Amino acid sequence: MINPKIVDALEKIVEKAHVSTDKSDLICYSYDASQQMFLADVIVFPKNAGEIAQILRMANKENVPVFPRGAGSGLTGGSLPTKGGIVLSIERMDRILEIDEENLVATVEPGVITEIFQKEVEKLGLFYPPDPASLKFSSLGGNVAENAGGPRCVKYGTTKDYIMGLEVVTPLGDIITTGCRTMKGVVGYDLTKLLCGSEGTLGIITQIIIKLLPLPQAKKTMLVFFSSIEGAAKGVSKIIAGKIIPTTLEFMDGRTLECIRRATDLKVPDEAHAVLIIEVDGDPEGLDKQIHRICTLIEPFGSVAVHIAETAEDSEALWQIRRAVSPSLGKASPDRFTEDICVPRSKVPDMIRILESISEKDTIDIACFGHAGDGNIHVNILFDKKVSGEREKAIKVIEKVFKGALKLGGTMSGEHGVGIAKAPYLYLEVSQNAVSYMKTLKHALDPNNILNPGKIFLEK
Amino acid sequence: MAELKDLASFKEEIEKCVKCGACRAYCPVFSAEPREGRVARGKVTLAKAILQGEVPLQGKVLEELSQCLLCGSCHVQCPNKVPTEEIVAAARRHIAEQNGLSTFGKTVSVVLGSQKIMDTLMRTGGRMTHFLFKKVPKDSGLRLRFPGSVIFPDRTLPALSAIPFRERVPERVQGERGKPTVIFFTGCGINYLFPEIGEAMLKILHFLGVTVIIPKEQVCCGFPAVSAGAKNTVEALAEQNFSTLKKYSADYIVTACASCHAGLTRIYSDMGGEFKAIADKTEDICAFLMKNGLLEKLAPFAQAKNFQAKEKINVTYHDPCHLRNSGITREPRAILKTLSRVNYIEMAEAGTCCGLGGTYSVYHYDTSKKIGAKKAGHIANSGADWVATDCPGCIMQLNDSLNHAGLPQKSVHILELIAREIYEHSESL
Repeated sequence: MINPKIVDALEKIVEKAHVSTDKSDLICYSYDASQQMFLADVIVFPKNAGEIAQILRMANKENVPVFPRGAGSGLTGGSLPTKGGIVLSIERMDRILEIDEENLVATVEPGVITEIFQKEVEKLGLFYPPDPASLKFSSLGGNVAENAGGPRCVKYGTTKDYIMGLEVVTPLGDIITTGCRTMKGVVGYDLTKLLCGSEGTLGIITQIIIKLLPLPQAKKTMLVFFSSIEGAAKGVSKIIAGKIIPTTLEFMDGRTLECIRRATDLKVPDEAHAVLIIEVDGDPEGLDKQIHRICTLIEPFGSVAVHIAETAEDSEALWQIRRAVSPSLGKASPDRFTEDICVPRSKVPDMIRILESISEKDTIDIACFGHAGDGNIHVNILFDKKVSGEREKAIKVIEKVFKGALKLGGTMSGEHGVGIAKAPYLYLEVSQNAVSYMKTLKHALDPNNILNPGKIFLEK
Repeated sequence: MAELKDLASFKEEIEKCVKCGACRAYCPVFSAEPREGRVARGKVTLAKAILQGEVPLQGKVLEELSQCLLCGSCHVQCPNKVPTEEIVAAARRHIAEQNGLSTFGKTVSVVLGSQKIMDTLMRTGGRMTHFLFKKVPKDSGLRLRFPGSVIFPDRTLPALSAIPFRERVPERVQGERGKPTVIFFTGCGINYLFPEIGEAMLKILHFLGVTVIIPKEQVCCGFPAVSAGAKNTVEALAEQNFSTLKKYSADYIVTACASCHAGLTRIYSDMGGEFKAIADKTEDICAFLMKNGLLEKLAPFAQAKNFQAKEKINVTYHDPCHLRNSGITREPRAILKTLSRVNYIEMAEAGTCCGLGGTYSVYHYDTSKKIGAKKAGHIANSGADWVATDCPGCIMQLNDSLNHAGLPQKSVHILELIAREIYEHSESL
């Protein structure tokens, strides 16, 4: 039971209607997309940085942990209240404050939904490229805290590349701003970059200054089925080596295609064991040329069928196969772990071979899809937790997958972050000294370990 | 025996929810009130907690479960196809069974079985006059949608028809030989509120030579009772409809109400066995008309002189959730585009819920109005004069929303537009 003093204090800060200790709310704010559940003691919905600062100062005084939460769409448990205490939801802070067309800069609150923001700037002919799969429902604050990626990152970079500055409430309850609104700026440490991907452990983001681009005039989509995953992977290398950076370069492996064949009516040729979805954008006249060149580059690698979209509807039809992945894998297997390793893009074929050999040796199904263009592979380890021993086996496989990626000079996570799901593996990738450098920072900024404790670093 | 599935039998479907959050992008209630308990994954998690006895069946959890339109928008978009609307309906039944209908009170709209509310029903104000409302049977969904005690004074409601549709027409209207025979399942909306839609239906079916049977003893499909969690009522209504419908031999059962269509196809088919026969025969009127040559028969009208001279009306279409969920979106648009007097315009977000949601708008009128206001904005922005749809419930809600927004547009049933075209054409011959 939480000290009623804390609930009283919260009600004074944000009004009663925006504080809840009701069991149904505790349940509804106990999960995220990582499918784990932890009940908080109280949920609070502040409206601005001032209120958040007061909450954090009170939390330090009362020694109660605070877990900031965006839309709860994270895949590694970054927002979960693992130690009870306070869940601080930024859902009410959802205003787009400014879109500055002269300077191509926007200022938003953290609760703005990514796609809503994108649609607003696109109305003005502007462009915010980061496009995590969750963009229809994830929050920009969450995107910054996790440094979200997406298919377009191969050409345009990840969230951090578009964040110019932040307003942040520090763990001790001070309000600071980082970065600036200019294209250049080198005054002091780059705290903006530090906070991007800090998973809510170093501060609560209350405003975001975002860099925008002019909206590309047109895009063109093509889909190519390959007879082997090696062929597709070599095709990817060839495209990049050919000095073309497509907007997106998505792939799916044979196991994934098989699941789609079984679960949907989509036409997937029997001889296809991999697929690439390639999109290019820019000046309309240049697009056909790029598509043509891509066709020439990948032709020698066993393409089974090539589809080029002529209209927006055609393009939508080609993307259907990508959208079918998640439900199809869901039908194929009741449970799965989805890891998001990233390897240097030239190493994608090697990584695929490593995964195939793990799958074979450990007799476990692994389906891969993801962003081939930047080497980011979503590794889906399929199992049925109702069958005894399967879950444990799948957990063992995770570590092998990580070690494989690291051996190739890659990373355990390209997009999803560490949270609690990958905390046990942190030392596989980050050296002891580097971890203690991080921890020193965390301790200096959050001496009472109030803000999102237990994330990134495993606690005893 | 008609029997609805209980909450426990949805265990597997509940487990399928991986809490990805995709439902947050599609739930109309969540978009009006962004709280996790309002959205599908919250409700599915609460349903699980109820099954496991982790949450008491009182207070906020009841409110959260009542805050669902059963529109199925989340189900359609869910990567794992979790049938949240069915889980919520089962949870409401579960709670009603545990707590008794009356203790459910206002939070989930269980009007049936509560004598107090039934009594106040009889003192409805405005146009819901005592005299006329008596004609509506006690188990009709309209009673659930318009319980007098909670009717808001600023709500636009259609007047009750002094003579219900089924009393105006013979039980059988003979068509041409060799053409199909259909049973017209009218539903309460058409029977008591909008008999003109029923009349339009007969005119069109006559035009196509179809024989129509309008059984007098048909009753409410039961959908509003599903929304209210009133298990026994749904089952009793299903039984009566089954025994009525099986007396007639027909090729199809046609509906002109999206909720009735969902009631007969989705809910009855879940009851299994003989009830599935009703589901299999049921066809939405737009789908039926498309299959039976309406477009071909309307096509020559475009050449008719009197139509070429007439001004076209800008019309857009609103997808009722319960037809959209069954994939019936192409047919009404194809029909509207064929009508000579109609200039068809597609509006933004045509497929999002109007906000009525069975009995939802009765108990959550403020949220319902917020959802409706968005819809009204899309209708106005489209430039349409009229918004056609295929459901009396949607018509009611759309007109209410347009009136609140002070907009001049009106909502009509697509059948009225078709019938008018046939009528105007026959006049000119």
